[in-house]
Amino acid sequence: MELDAKIPVTELDQKWADYKNHVNLVSPANKRKLELIVIGSGLAGASAAATLGELGYKVKVFCFQDSPRRAHSIAAQGGINAAKNYQNDGDSVFRLFYETVKGGDYRSREANVYRLAQVSGNIIDQCVAQGVPFAREYGGLLSNRSFGGTQVQRTFYAAGQTGQQLLLGAYGALERQVSMGNVTMYERHEMHDIVIIDGKARGIIARNLVTGKLERYFGHAALICSGGYANVFYLSTNAMGSNVTAAWKSHKKGAYFANPCFTQIHPTCIPVTGDHQSKLTLMSESLRNDGRIWVPKNKGDKRRGIDIPNEDRDYYLERRYPAFGNLVPRDVASRAAKERCDGGYGVGTTKMAVYLDFADAIKRYGKIETGKLGMTDTKNETITELGKEVIAEKYGNLFEMYEKITGENPYDVPMRIYPAVHYTMGGLWVDYELMTTVPGLYSLGEANFSDHGANRLGASALMQGLGDGYFVIPYTLSRYMADEIRTNAISTSHPAFDEAENGVKERIERLMNVRGNESVESFHKRLGKIMWDKCGMSRNEKGLSEAINEIKALRKEFWGNVKVSGEILEMNPELDKAGRVADFLELAELICIDALNRKESCGGHFREESQTSEGEALRNDEQYSYVAAWEYTDSGEILHKEELTFEVAMPSQRNYK
Amino acid sequence: MEHYTMNLTLKVWRQKNRQEKGHFETYDMKDILSEMSFLEMFDVLNERLILENKEPVVFDQDCREGICGACSMYIDGRAHGPWQKNTVCQLHMRAYKDGDTIVVEPWRSAAFPIIKDLMVDRKAFDRIIEAGGFISVNTGNAVDANSTPVDRAKSEEAFDSATCIGCGACVAACPNSSAVLFVGAKISQLALLPQGDPERKARVINMVDQMDKEGFGNCGNIYNCEAECPKGISVENIARMNREYLGAFSSSEMQTRPNPAKHNGV
Ligand SMILES: Cc1cc2nc3c(=O)[nH]c(=O)nc-3n(C[C@H](O)[C@H](O)[C@H](O)COP(=O)(O)OP(=O)(O)OC[C@H]3O[C@@H](n4cnc5c(N)ncnc54)[C@H](O)[C@@H]3O)c2cc1C
Ligand code: SF4
Ligand code: FES
Repeated sequence: MELDAKIPVTELDQKWADYKNHVNLVSPANKRKLELIVIGSGLAGASAAATLGELGYKVKVFCFQDSPRRAHSIAAQGGINAAKNYQNDGDSVFRLFYETVKGGDYRSREANVYRLAQVSGNIIDQCVAQGVPFAREYGGLLSNRSFGGTQVQRTFYAAGQTGQQLLLGAYGALERQVSMGNVTMYERHEMHDIVIIDGKARGIIARNLVTGKLERYFGHAALICSGGYANVFYLSTNAMGSNVTAAWKSHKKGAYFANPCFTQIHPTCIPVTGDHQSKLTLMSESLRNDGRIWVPKNKGDKRRGIDIPNEDRDYYLERRYPAFGNLVPRDVASRAAKERCDGGYGVGTTKMAVYLDFADAIKRYGKIETGKLGMTDTKNETITELGKEVIAEKYGNLFEMYEKITGENPYDVPMRIYPAVHYTMGGLWVDYELMTTVPGLYSLGEANFSDHGANRLGASALMQGLGDGYFVIPYTLSRYMADEIRTNAISTSHPAFDEAENGVKERIERLMNVRGNESVESFHKRLGKIMWDKCGMSRNEKGLSEAINEIKALRKEFWGNVKVSGEILEMNPELDKAGRVADFLELAELICIDALNRKESCGGHFREESQTSEGEALRNDEQYSYVAAWEYTDSGEILHKEELTFEVAMPSQRNYK
Repeated sequence: MEHYTMNLTLKVWRQKNRQEKGHFETYDMKDILSEMSFLEMFDVLNERLILENKEPVVFDQDCREGICGACSMYIDGRAHGPWQKNTVCQLHMRAYKDGDTIVVEPWRSAAFPIIKDLMVDRKAFDRIIEAGGFISVNTGNAVDANSTPVDRAKSEEAFDSATCIGCGACVAACPNSSAVLFVGAKISQLALLPQGDPERKARVINMVDQMDKEGFGNCGNIYNCEAECPKGISVENIARMNREYLGAFSSSEMQTRPNPAKHNGV
């Protein structure tokens, strides 16, 4: 199949307006007869469902948690970007667009990114109207911070809980539609398969996680908003339940999976302490605005961090990248930390950590405060005291979280951090309308591949999820639905539903009947180790080829020796997990195949074979300026290429020196 | 940080489903590390139970970083365990020492029926939000975000209320199973912001009505809720809710709703 991204043919800044001006609309009377399925209640799913409900469609929303408010978006910390230029510091739609394309290392689609930048301002307006309590200045207007190395202040935030506040806003809008009868919410339900009739997505099979029963639901169209797949690495900053099942099942039913190897490793997470570790906790990127990253200059320095004098410290980011220093993009910062730790300069018990130090910031802020208060001749303790207060106001909840986990007080001793898997840029391939290669099947939010290329900039995922849900899908879906007004609801006793349900049932029974000797968790851990070691921050041909064989072997072992306790017809989290891990075991192979295919370094994908003499990532635009969209077939994955053409943001080598 | 290992006795509530009766089961836990989180200790237990052909303990959890509000365990008589302003998932084993016995139960409230073991059904909270915990603004209706300045102090207060994670510890900690802290937090957030003003009266009446319908008890001014709330939501929110509730009735409306004072916290 030829991939057609359906990008409107006109000037970049006119495309979206032109699309909206000409898209077919559906009358209110007809909308009432049209049913939609939304998988996921995170920022993408909740915003889409609420908005489509407001428009009059009949919407069913599914999530596996006990409440839509608990979707993983709730955990986002740092903020959300928007080109409002409230700070008058030179921001614009064009600048946000340009930086997003560049930050993504020229592996995203210009038209999509431009549209995202265009709607970004509307998102903030909408959220404020919903009562999202963003940080404000004394004059009562919204406050901004700079995030992830941008030179403008365009990030809106609510302390370190921006995702929570945005999601609760969208959740409120969603619950309002529930109360009005436009949306029906199915909590503790997990989608297990998509139902396709005459080539179009027409429904799903979901498992009710409380009763264990399989249930059938019809929709004229379905939206996959199921989040990212970082948990394929076992340890990640994602929530325990985050999974790829909905996207993977869509892939197996015909939706192409794009750029699966583009995964983001976040540089500032709390390091692993031991084998018992079940997840990793992010320390927001905003900390790098004030924290300085360093390791000891001498290998094996046994002194505590605070006892090491300045001349024995190596502020390696400031040394290597004087222009951006501690604010280099995530992929660059992560690799630099790995380079130091691999070289034997790491700190902490495992030696797989670097310091993130606030002592200088505390001093600097303390001095400013004493100045403001007109104090002269102040003691160091007073300065430190006041400086700590400023830091607490900015990052208090993060510091608290750090202390709870590590038992160390980061106001007094430097934090220890290490990179961890955080976000997946890859996902279901979608065109300009956010439709996958299956007609009527859409994908929004982190589940799609669309806007971040090979590396996502900080504070842009929240923007994308809400942009997709509030402002893009209501229009693009309309184009498809306009042709559906004559389609009556299809009965769920249609043979296609029988077939899909039987497939799901058989698979669940197969999982239960292995009755082997090893827990699901143990398989998941082993998979994660293969992925982290051989397809993590740095990849090479040999490692990836080995990984593919190891994953195949592990998958075989899983189906021969997994032990799933409990029964099918009851609340059984072990069975839920088993299904998710089985899908990860398939996805993992595709990630490695994709990473092997892309013999260039770009963004979060670092191929050791493709680097400059200084060890920086080296892109290969001539051969790899394309989106790799993989088609699932019984005989293996087939690669399709969507060539990327740049008309406005011309590719250049990223340089943060 | 000093790291150590410990042996513990764990007493855990086991209940197959809503219908069947539950009971405590005792487990000896060996070599638990002080750096583990409380839920990681449960992971160790579950791994063992699976390999012994027994059923693992079921409990709610997701983010494991104190923000999603899913985790919910009543530990030694305290919602979310011994640490202040903390969720179970963030409780770490350094809170315990060798030889300790730990008793773990689910949230207990008629409005939160047990699903299995330590997992309960908290849909009542969603239904309370449905009754009015939002601002009615359709997508696309919003004016420019900076067109309405908001007093910074009020905005920060609204934020503090808005940090509620909907975990239900306040209900579990309350001898009357009252949900006023949760409901008060949402009402306060929206009452403090100019955007929430137009629907203020209807909101408080509808949400409080729904809270009553769900079978939560009345507030007895004991304030266990505030003490156990992982986000430090203040009882100020209850006072504000009560003021909002009384203020919502004009004298004529009072006649059709005879007892608004019922929710006055007394
Ligand atoms: C710790 C952390 C901090 C972050 N901080 C920031 C930040 O500061 N700024 C920023 O821009 N981004 C941030 N991100 C990224 C951002 O939070 C996510 O990319 C984004 O929230 C994803 O939203 P979503 O709606 O696509 O998916 P999610 O919020 O993950 O929602 C997925 C939904 O799908 C449902 N679901 C999944 N599978 C199924 C299934 N099979 N059946 C039924 N339902 C299913 C789930 O129940 C859930 O409701 C952060 C991410 C993490 C992990
Ligand atoms: S008020 Fe506190 S205890 Fe109650 S639900 Fe909210 S966060 Fe949990
Ligand atoms: S698991 Fe999310 S708050 Fe504890």
